[in-house]
Amino acid sequence: MSSNNLDQLYRRVIMDHYKTPRNKGALENNSVNIEMNNPTCGDRIQLTLQVEDGIVKDAKFDGEGCSISMASASMMTQAVKGQEVDTALKLSGIFSDMMLGKEYDDSIDLGDIEALQGVSQFPARIKCATLAWKAMEKGVQNEEKS
Amino acid sequence: MINKEIKSYFPILNQEINGHPLVYLDSAATSQKPVQVIEALKSYYELDNANVHRGVHTLGNRATEHYEGAREKVRKFINANSMEEIIFLRGTTTAMNLIAQSYGRANVQEGDEIVITYMEHHSNIIPWQQLAKERGAILKYVELEKDGTISLEQVRAVVTERTKIVSMVYVSNVLGTMNPVKEVAQIAHENGAVMVVDGAQAAPHLKIDVQQLDCDFFAFSGHKMCGPTGIGVLYGKKELLNNMEPVEFGGEMIDFVGLYDSTWKELPWKFEGGTPIIAGAVGLGAAIDFLNEIGLDEIEKHEHQMAAYAMEKMNLIEGLDIYGPTDPQKRAGIVTFNLNDVHPHDVATVLDMSGIAVRAGHHCAQPLMKWLEVSATARASFYLYNDESDVDRLVEGLRSAKEYFNDVF
Repeated sequence: MSSNNLDQLYRRVIMDHYKTPRNKGALENNSVNIEMNNPTCGDRIQLTLQVEDGIVKDAKFDGEGCSISMASASMMTQAVKGQEVDTALKLSGIFSDMMLGKEYDDSIDLGDIEALQGVSQFPARIKCATLAWKAMEKGVQNEEKS
Repeated sequence: MINKEIKSYFPILNQEINGHPLVYLDSAATSQKPVQVIEALKSYYELDNANVHRGVHTLGNRATEHYEGAREKVRKFINANSMEEIIFLRGTTTAMNLIAQSYGRANVQEGDEIVITYMEHHSNIIPWQQLAKERGAILKYVELEKDGTISLEQVRAVVTERTKIVSMVYVSNVLGTMNPVKEVAQIAHENGAVMVVDGAQAAPHLKIDVQQLDCDFFAFSGHKMCGPTGIGVLYGKKELLNNMEPVEFGGEMIDFVGLYDSTWKELPWKFEGGTPIIAGAVGLGAAIDFLNEIGLDEIEKHEHQMAAYAMEKMNLIEGLDIYGPTDPQKRAGIVTFNLNDVHPHDVATVLDMSGIAVRAGHHCAQPLMKWLEVSATARASFYLYNDESDVDRLVEGLRSAKEYFNDVF
């Protein structure tokens, strides 16, 4: 099998997040509680955020799905925790560019998220990786409106 | 006869995917098309294309002959009594919606019951949900046995004299189960209900005889049986169709149009509003010729063999669970499974990198996934062009997937 190609997708750090997800669970004291699913495949994420004074104070996720979707959710919560909402949204935009194989803003240190870059080579899996980010974006936008 | 030669009729199979010869195991989603069908479409468009049932020119006549000729092929294929009972539509989903919106609205009243099962495809759930909500009717489910089959006792327990419609899948797109639709039709009729059969996974794989099944409606899609996408069939008993109102109004389906009122054409055309799916019907006709030449009995036998061989080999993989009947004679060539600790999407991606196409997800059957207590599964589905070497490649791929994920962890 072409395990070199697979290695691009399934980086060790991704598998680490999948096996030992960070920020798994639900925040009781949340200001954002959003559930999103990928209707074509059954992946589901429940995201809770605690947003105060324009800052994502805490983030947790729960759900079920493939390694890519769950690892991406774990990384996303890690990345946005403690960030200003604007920064979180900016990260989401960068991530989206990365998935689409576009040039992306590398002025911000993406940390573990960078490991997901290989997903862009697997068009069928991009939606897996972006599910958690979409949930975050929508959740934060709903919160701003209310 | 099913032999090695069959593969050569399907040009698409002769290619490499990710550096490996393609093994296509997703025919339950859509089948591949033989040259006979591709050529029929090409020839129709190159030589005979025109609109049907209008005008007096030669091409128009030829197109009409092709279109109505395909209808006769379909009639024979499912042994319907008359061509008036064969309606061309987009596919099984459209057919189910037509039954719900036309027959359902006219015959289901508040407090009436509609009975389906836990193993239905979304296309045989949602039209009934919508109808039940609209009419204040009750949607009831027949539960499954542990091995993913339907027992007639269960059906008898659920169907009552208030039941107006029983709708059931003939062959499950997830479990591969072949359901006793003939016996269920009898139970439906004893209670004064009509029997609707979702034949999407049955028509490609086994001989269909709607008169012998004594079902009232039977729906299937062309693209799962070597035909093109966008063409499907609704069979209905003539006396029922005659009393049903069309759901799409416009050209083709009218008899006389006045300023404030119109009348409809005879069956089957009153249900075929707009320019029909002419090329699709031509392609479906060619697909039926192709399947007949090989023989539906042969195809069914081949699929039982494929299922038996696949299950035998896959069961040797430790940690692999197969869903549905354990007896291969009770199922069509569909094997749905999970490899423990590896999510089906990941399984499908690893297999794809080895050139093997399987489906992963909920297979448009979310209530069934819930019943199985899984969020998703992987599915290998076989058709006449698959052989044992394809199963061997799948098994090899699954072993690699298992190894790969064990290594990474």
